[in-house]
Amino acid sequence: MTAITPLSTGPHGKRPARIFTPARIMIYSVLLVAALYYILPLYVMIITSLKGMPEIRLGNIFSPPVEITFQPWSTAWSSACTGLYCEGLKVGFWNSVQILIPSVIISILIASVNGYALANWRFKGSEIFFSILLFGAFIPYQVMLYPLVIITRELGIFGTLPGIIMIHTIFGMPILTLLFRNYFASLPTELFKAARVDGAGFWQIFFQIMLPLSLPIFVVAIIMQVTGIWNDFLFGVIFAGSKNVPMTVQLNNIVNSTQGVKEYNVNMAATILTGAVPLLVYFFSGKYFVRGIAAGAVKG
Amino acid sequence: MSETVRPNSLFKNLNAKVAAIPMIATVLIVFIGCTLWTALISFTSSRTLPELTFVGFDQYARLFNTPRWNISAINLGIFGVFTLVFSTVIGFVLAALLDQKIRFEGAFRTIFLYPYALSFIVTGLVWQWILTPTYGIQRVVRDLGFETFTFSILNDQRFAIYAIVIAGLWQGTGLVMALMLAGLRGIDEDIWKASRVDGIPVWKTYLFIVIPMMRPVFITTIVLISTGIVRVYDLVVALTGGGPGNASEVPAKYVYEFMFRRANLGQGLAASTIMLTTVLIIVIPWALMEYRGEKRK
Repeated sequence: MTAITPLSTGPHGKRPARIFTPARIMIYSVLLVAALYYILPLYVMIITSLKGMPEIRLGNIFSPPVEITFQPWSTAWSSACTGLYCEGLKVGFWNSVQILIPSVIISILIASVNGYALANWRFKGSEIFFSILLFGAFIPYQVMLYPLVIITRELGIFGTLPGIIMIHTIFGMPILTLLFRNYFASLPTELFKAARVDGAGFWQIFFQIMLPLSLPIFVVAIIMQVTGIWNDFLFGVIFAGSKNVPMTVQLNNIVNSTQGVKEYNVNMAATILTGAVPLLVYFFSGKYFVRGIAAGAVKG
Repeated sequence: MSETVRPNSLFKNLNAKVAAIPMIATVLIVFIGCTLWTALISFTSSRTLPELTFVGFDQYARLFNTPRWNISAINLGIFGVFTLVFSTVIGFVLAALLDQKIRFEGAFRTIFLYPYALSFIVTGLVWQWILTPTYGIQRVVRDLGFETFTFSILNDQRFAIYAIVIAGLWQGTGLVMALMLAGLRGIDEDIWKASRVDGIPVWKTYLFIVIPMMRPVFITTIVLISTGIVRVYDLVVALTGGGPGNASEVPAKYVYEFMFRRANLGQGLAASTIMLTTVLIIVIPWALMEYRGEKRK
């Protein structure tokens, strides 16, 4: 399949006219309306989280707050209730951090070595395993959930941190391995051959030659995994265990709990707090984020 | 490895094989083993625990006689068709507009794509708030003076699934836009020059020249979206919880409920095997096509 070219090659449309023609005005209007539609939910989230409950009951969701209050934010962070526990979303935040850091590191380490072996040290059957690995990325998770519960239970890690870390490592493997394999395969083979002639072995070449050259692809991989794992809900619900409930799961429990009066401002503050990590990653990483998407689409 | 060891094909390239153990184990145990296990046990009468009393297609027959499953399957169809059509069309149109040498292209791109960085839970909860009849869009329009205006799709059994479509489109069209834009940038500049020389209108060039040329991009995008559609779960949990009643249930949620809440393993596994079959119907023709395309090169 044709590789997707990076966005940086520049547009191919007509050269812009000096004056604003009706056609250009149309284009800009459509784009602006679309942009408004995409921004609106973020705007509504933010202003709702800054209003007091009386103001929410009176006003409409699009009007900016008359009196700005940060109370909902502190309530969401430190005292919002899930069931009987009212310790706020910070519990879920730290749980997510605890899941995130080892999962990102382990999954990327394993996938980078896999990709390196597949690109430079092909062995009999390696391509077949790789094809099935890629195919596995399309199998709905629901198909593998129950057997994985049994496996993790037998290993004694069901409902623990190592359990959820293993699950994230497994399901991150197809796309990450593809990413690294393609990257290592794109490096000049002379480099690898020269190192071989000099007598360097598998690990020596990996650590001394490949790794120093692959910083950008590690950044792409880290961004993909941080957003992917942070946003996970299904695996968190099943494999993390009640002590390690990730932020998304706790957020859903807080907002969709049927008890008590709904505090919409606290709910929206909690929602922003949960979305903040991937959003910050997105806004600060720009190009790398898009590169990760393209990598996923080049081949499935 | 020392050279004095007698060559043995199993030990040849040993380091690479050791390094690939996690991948090999994942492929053999998880992707092949777990999938086969699920398909196999779906033909048994398992309830709380897996057992090996085979009952043929009984679980499947029961599945398709369960209203809740049928609602889930139909909902997936509705959600699938609308999401596929609208995200492809909107994604392509946005990409084509962005490809007209416009100012602030980067800013527009960032805005269209940011929802994709958010989780389905966050997406679902925001839209739940916007669509809440008491405070959301319905209230806003009524306050403007249209007192009888009704927009309460979240509380309406007939329309709840469309709320999920709306939220899903908001989250996912940015991805399609990014893929399409990359595809458009891959089109040779000369095509545009030639069509301009021939006086072909821009829209015709898109429709009859550019889109056919972008076939591979469209196919990849559609396969990616489709496999995502079959999996839809978190969004429904966060936005409607499957309600009102069972009105917005989806297969992935059915699987979860029957496996982990109702201790009816056979049903859960049969339902998940149907999900797998659906994905295979989408992916296998595509994989074969890709494979053949590669061979021809």
